[in-house]
Amino acid sequence: MKSGTKSLRRWSWVHKWSSLVCTVFMLLLCVTGLPLIFHEEIDEFLHEQVAASAAPEGAPKANLDKAVAEALTRFPGQVPHFLIWDRDDPSALWVSIGKSLDADPSDNRLARVDAHTGAFLDAPDITKRFTYIMLKLHTDMFAGLGGKLFLGLMGILFCVAIVSGIVVYVPSVRKLRFGTYRGGRPRIVRWLDVHNLAGILLVVWTLVVGFTGVINTWADLVIKIWQFGQLAEMTAQYRDRPPPQRLSSLQSAVDVTSKAIPDMQPGFVAFPGTILTSKSHYGVFMRGSTPLTSRMLKPALIDAETGHLTDSRDLPWYVSTLLISQPLHFGDYGGMPLKIIWAILDIVTIVILVTGLFLWLKRHRSAATVSRFVRLNEASIGSRVSS
Amino acid sequence: MTSPGIQRRTRQTVSQILMIPAALAVLSAGGLIFALVEDGVWDALSWVTLSIPIALFVICIVRGRR
Repeated sequence: MKSGTKSLRRWSWVHKWSSLVCTVFMLLLCVTGLPLIFHEEIDEFLHEQVAASAAPEGAPKANLDKAVAEALTRFPGQVPHFLIWDRDDPSALWVSIGKSLDADPSDNRLARVDAHTGAFLDAPDITKRFTYIMLKLHTDMFAGLGGKLFLGLMGILFCVAIVSGIVVYVPSVRKLRFGTYRGGRPRIVRWLDVHNLAGILLVVWTLVVGFTGVINTWADLVIKIWQFGQLAEMTAQYRDRPPPQRLSSLQSAVDVTSKAIPDMQPGFVAFPGTILTSKSHYGVFMRGSTPLTSRMLKPALIDAETGHLTDSRDLPWYVSTLLISQPLHFGDYGGMPLKIIWAILDIVTIVILVTGLFLWLKRHRSAATVSRFVRLNEASIGSRVSS
Repeated sequence: MTSPGIQRRTRQTVSQILMIPAALAVLSAGGLIFALVEDGVWDALSWVTLSIPIALFVICIVRGRR
């Protein structure tokens, strides 16, 4: 056997098994991911939302302390974790509210408040929503961190399948023109052509969406590393201090930060004691205004006792990588046309997965038939020889 | 042999086979990045470049069906 043939066999083996193991999960991810591309539109269509008051551009904004207090009146005894500015809707703010400061923020309730009047708008229970169920199936299959990391592993296998797919693509089309679809040939040839064509056309998109998905599964770990790394460094002098008795003003924390970082706007605030800041600081996370820089956050830590700025640094590369992975996975950074393109590419990916599976089933079966045929022949020859 | 022009008599080299896919890969990568840069024209550029693989897929299948 030539060494080229041998290595090709090895690559085919890699392609076959990496795909086979991940295919069912990739199908789940593609199917649940499809509605998630349009989650905002679906939620808007399926669920009533209290509209914020109409305010002219540049109208004065509500005091943030009041807005948060207003949201908390609906959740007595609970505490705010985060205040979030809606990227797409400047007329509303979100307050993420938990049972206690150390409660898991993924169980938080989200309350919407009017950005101009500070009035409470609504706090729907999203856990019964179609999009929430799709999201849970897509991110962790309702199996927590373990499920998430498992899907990440499947994503790595998917990337391996794509790369090995390129290697086995080359000899498979050696005598064919690019883009050949042999419509008149048997089904298995047509499936192979569709699989080859769609696979090679979508290489970059599937790799990018696949790998950014993998990175997203590491989000919890990335945050942990940041907590014990940069965040711990920035707040080292506060380590042994008791948490503040009374919190300084949230509004002034945001104002101080905006003055210190004038070319950016607030993205969200982490309240003292939550996972994204220290127990003694407001973490005010600023963002830029272009599609790219609006995902790149810059935290400023505001002493929640004195209201002064303690420190502000750019996030380390591993957090930035996570942040930039999000739009590239979601496809939510280029308007509705990009979402539609994302959806079509997702459907074509399903076609790749299904044709790949069919090809394996068919070949597997025909290979089994051949070996049974050989075995039968051998048996009949054997019986003839012995008789 | 089905129809002339589809099957090639000579085996292509690896670089011949991968030339078009490589060009498409560069285009797709550009399409993914363009929309990140700015809104407006950059978005449109991204829509166009990312639509090319989809269009090619449809064209090749339709052309091959006959």
